[in-house]
Amino acid sequence: MSTLDWVIPVGESETGSYAMLKRLICAAFVGLLGSLSVATAQLEVVVDRADLKPTPLAIPNFEAIGVDAETSQLISDVIRSDLESTGLFTISPEEAYIQTDLNIEVAPRFADWKIIQSDALVVGTVEQITRDGNDLIRGSVRMWDVYGEELMRFEDSAGRQVSGRRFTTTPEDARRIAHKIADAIYTRLTGEDGYFDTRIVYIAETGPKNARVKRLAIMDADGANVKYLTSGAFTVLTPRFSPEAQQITYMSYEGGIPRVYLYDLRRARQEVLGNFRSMTFAPRFSRDGNSVLLTQATNGNSDVYIMDLQTRQSRRLTDHPAIDTSPSMSPDGRQIVFNSDRGGSPQLYIMNTDGSPRTCPSGGRDVACRITFGTGRYSTPVWSPRGDLIAFTKQTQGKFHIGVIGIDGRGERLLSQSYLDEGPDWSPNGRVITFFREAFPGASPTLWSVDLTGRNLRPLPTPTDASDPAWSPLLE
Amino acid sequence: MRKLMMTSASIAVFIGVAACSSTPEPEPVVVDEPEEVVVVEEPEVVVTETLPPVPTGPVKGSLEDFQVNVGDRVYFDLDQYRLAADAQAILQRQAAWLSSYPNVNILVAGNCDERGTREYNLALGERRASVVKNYLVDLGVDPARIQTVSYGKERPIALGSNDDSWAQNRNGFTQLISGAVG
Repeated sequence: MSTLDWVIPVGESETGSYAMLKRLICAAFVGLLGSLSVATAQLEVVVDRADLKPTPLAIPNFEAIGVDAETSQLISDVIRSDLESTGLFTISPEEAYIQTDLNIEVAPRFADWKIIQSDALVVGTVEQITRDGNDLIRGSVRMWDVYGEELMRFEDSAGRQVSGRRFTTTPEDARRIAHKIADAIYTRLTGEDGYFDTRIVYIAETGPKNARVKRLAIMDADGANVKYLTSGAFTVLTPRFSPEAQQITYMSYEGGIPRVYLYDLRRARQEVLGNFRSMTFAPRFSRDGNSVLLTQATNGNSDVYIMDLQTRQSRRLTDHPAIDTSPSMSPDGRQIVFNSDRGGSPQLYIMNTDGSPRTCPSGGRDVACRITFGTGRYSTPVWSPRGDLIAFTKQTQGKFHIGVIGIDGRGERLLSQSYLDEGPDWSPNGRVITFFREAFPGASPTLWSVDLTGRNLRPLPTPTDASDPAWSPLLE
Repeated sequence: MRKLMMTSASIAVFIGVAACSSTPEPEPVVVDEPEEVVVVEEPEVVVTETLPPVPTGPVKGSLEDFQVNVGDRVYFDLDQYRLAADAQAILQRQAAWLSSYPNVNILVAGNCDERGTREYNLALGERRASVVKNYLVDLGVDPARIQTVSYGKERPIALGSNDDSWAQNRNGFTQLISGAVG
């Protein structure tokens, strides 16, 4: 995928109603983050969760230039679907559009778009081009602030202000053009990194409960392009993406006992990680992708280890007779949150990666500080890519929840509830959490996502039952 | 059928007439209704005499012997890995049996119910498997004969989602992996 942006001189500042629009969306975000977020000076209106009104966008079908109408339709549909899936936008219905002679090079008739109350208008083309003898698909997009009556500039990957964005790829990757464009629009309107051009790795499940086949599967974040990476001959569990590379770490029963594996997506090859003498499980990459945190159980005692992927040297991080598992590292690499029953029930603890003592939120100094004190059992902590929150699974009063909590143990918020909600993982921008759910006793597991505010709970369709979803980084 | 019934009725009338022929009684009223013929099929009675079965048990030292006469599963309380008295009794029988059949090697699997997360249950299952192994070793079983594995909540034996199923799924399972008779 190559990116070529239209660079134009920047002389205009953000004014008019678009500035207002952006403020509103930002206010919505900040409001949703609630007390965990630092209020900014520009915040004038705190939009309560219930009051968030999605921003209406108009996205007419992109003009097909030298490509079949289906390709251009597909790209337009995927862009609309990506943006709508956030819950932050509504797409004005096509039947309402008045102006039908849009041209990406010409300003639209703003009055026509004001009438249908679209705050922003997205105009694009899909072209077939030939480069070095290869047929390629190119998607181009510009966005207009309808009420401000001006072009909305994008920032390109190099940080330059550009008048529009253009993405080129091979025809079979046409959907990725749509995801890239949707990411650009999302970023422009919210100020957040996008998360549409990403993939989700998960466990595809088939067969009866007592003879379940569990395969490693990967798909686009919107559910397209499902591929199976393992045969199902061995049970595999808990895959996680490297935040930096096309690698997955997971646990497999291949060879009889559970071991942590690495899977290289480019080479389509797997290898056992390390030569631990006993069972290893619960792997997760460090945020820089250079290490894998995992658990080794020796004679019934589980402790957390970290393995350097270059040297393949491992270091023991916890040394406690209780169960210590499910480690996840902070984005700066200095701290690790993990699950332990050292206090009598499964709870979340934070330690320094170097093992030095820390001052605990509850007072006193210790190597590991407990951060959960609510009623119930906590497990599967996952540090947010933003660093300020930890997502977890909580079990209380016969129900399971996905929740988030501040790293100081404050501000616990439950985002979901069902018979079994388990295994959260963050979108790379830290806005959305994916997890799996068994909605009622005996229900099959399926994938879900929810905004970190608890809004926009929605299923992620998969061809088979599915569990253990994990999000990739934003693709290059 | 209808024809058959008519015929039956006619016979009945004829017999009635014959029976009354010696008496000057008035002719009986002929009821022109078909009689229902109910055919009752009696089951054929087959009397078979069998000798009481010769008491036979599983072949000594076989997998069946182990399952029937010893017990291959011990159960745990919720989120626990302590061995209750009945579990200890089963493991004592396992240890005795294993000492009788020293060629048998075992795999002890730790299992959990579905009311926990995968990763925590993998750790808990490993702990349960180890508790079983250590108990057997304390009773004299060579640790080299015992492998352990945790299946966490991935291998339920009871498929319900209720207390009874969960109780069955919290177990330590002793599998004979080699050396059994038969």
